[in-house]
Amino acid sequence: MILDIIVCVKRVPDTETRVRFSDGATVIEPDGVKYIVSPYDEFALEAALRTSEAGEGGRVTVMTLGDEDSLETLRAGLAAGADAAVLLRVQGAVTMDGLATAKALASELELRKEQLLLFGVKAGDDDQQQVGPMVATLLGRPCASNVTSFEVGEGVIRCDRAVEGGTEVVELDLPAVVTLTKGAFELRYASLKGIMAAKRKPLETKDADLPEGRLTVERLDYPPERAEGRIVGEGVEAVPELVRLLRDEANVL
Amino acid sequence: MGDVLAIAEQRDGKIRPAANEVVTVAAAVAEGLGGTAHALLLGGAGVEENAGDLGNFGAEIVRVGEDPALEGNVPETHAAVIAEVVRSHGYSAVLFAATALGKDLAPRVAALVDAPLASDVTHLETDGGRLVGIRPIYGGKAMARVGFEASPAILSLRPNAFGTNGTRADGRIEPFTAAIPDGVRTRIVDFQVAQSRSVDVSEASAIVSGGRGMKGPENWSLLEDLQSALGPGAALGASRAVVDAGWRPHGEQVGQTGKTVAPKLYFAVGISGAIQHLAGMRTSRTIVAINKDPDAPIFAVADYGIVGDAFEVLPRLTAGIAALRAEG
Repeated sequence: MILDIIVCVKRVPDTETRVRFSDGATVIEPDGVKYIVSPYDEFALEAALRTSEAGEGGRVTVMTLGDEDSLETLRAGLAAGADAAVLLRVQGAVTMDGLATAKALASELELRKEQLLLFGVKAGDDDQQQVGPMVATLLGRPCASNVTSFEVGEGVIRCDRAVEGGTEVVELDLPAVVTLTKGAFELRYASLKGIMAAKRKPLETKDADLPEGRLTVERLDYPPERAEGRIVGEGVEAVPELVRLLRDEANVL
Repeated sequence: MGDVLAIAEQRDGKIRPAANEVVTVAAAVAEGLGGTAHALLLGGAGVEENAGDLGNFGAEIVRVGEDPALEGNVPETHAAVIAEVVRSHGYSAVLFAATALGKDLAPRVAALVDAPLASDVTHLETDGGRLVGIRPIYGGKAMARVGFEASPAILSLRPNAFGTNGTRADGRIEPFTAAIPDGVRTRIVDFQVAQSRSVDVSEASAIVSGGRGMKGPENWSLLEDLQSALGPGAALGASRAVVDAGWRPHGEQVGQTGKTVAPKLYFAVGISGAIQHLAGMRTSRTIVAINKDPDAPIFAVADYGIVGDAFEVLPRLTAGIAALRAEG
């Protein structure tokens, strides 16, 4: 079965980045921030590439909603092996309102014929974990979220979902939507050949229809500072004092 | 108006602890919104038996939808039924637990009723009759204060961030006939219980996490011994480095691309403290770090640190804690 796949990706700050913002700000300072493809989206991309390689060579398209800076995110996807890319271009910023994002994506995706839509389970910036199941619901397609691995069968996809206390195995009829978490799909490195080839692959830009966000960020704060701790001591000699502190001072034993 | 609906999660007919917490929060915010708190419980035959308990946590009405199609928590089916209840009763807010199921259901319901959703909220209050939530972003490196420009507001609440208050009267149980959607294309075919003998890292009261300093997966028995000494509420955690190296399963990873945790007691053993790890565990109540390197960043967030060799410190620490617990 030839299965064409769309992978939706997002450009986010590197997880190793220290985020900074000024008093009363609602967004972080972009200066000095390195941007990457959201790590969960990389799992989705690898899942798509392997599915395509294992089957009869279905086409993999990476899609993102964002401004022109997101072109580099799409090029990274093409360099890793995707066949085509689509930028749904927005004026201004994509907000934290996942439903607004999902509507913009769904209005493009409903026109397309791909049978499998893959997302990262969440974006590495807003951590909302919304857009995949929302798109599925708007399109009226079944969805499995937080999936670590899957297998495609005749007209179905069988997914392993990570849930509290174990793995739930879910079968969906195609066309379907799946959101990926860390598991079987660690993204390959882009080869030099892949990076060169990416320059000749189709990259389409369309204007997105992004509704106004209805979940508004009023302010950002840093997480509360922890009170300064102390080094109890060095080596095994410090253990009795640590146990005493945990019992008598911290009250946690 | 002003009524708040708490979605009560059950598995195999048993109400999950997170459900009581969601009802408790619903009762608190309903007061601020000038309404009352209701709970919604969906499941297969017999699910109604435990429904009254939800009243203890503040649900005045417990709506119970019992149907064979609602057994097994197929999200496509549950979302359709929840959305129908939300539409027909005009709730101001709908609260889910941010569990695997809740985080899957909430976005579907938000899409069905066309309302904004704030996920994994850790603090919720009413301010002059409007809801204001606080939620961690960037894996916990920043906290966003969020408001809602449409009704109902949909939220999922991080388990254990709020606590419960279970001292009220029984709720009034109102059974209803759930409108089960046709043509559901999702089938749950199996559930494989995790090999690990412990609670999930996201639900643990104590966590023993290991990093590169443990030198190899064969040395994890030292961490398991400490975990056992801490009792049945303790779980094992891991840094991203050791998960990426294949030493431990991803389910144990603590940090920005793993789980965000807030146990009473967190041990970081042989973990240097990369920023994305710190973001995932810094809200733990008490943090203990054991590391050879006195300059490791983990010591900056630890309440108590021991500079030393984990292979020497761990057995002594395990023995010390075991002896203490044996004393009772």
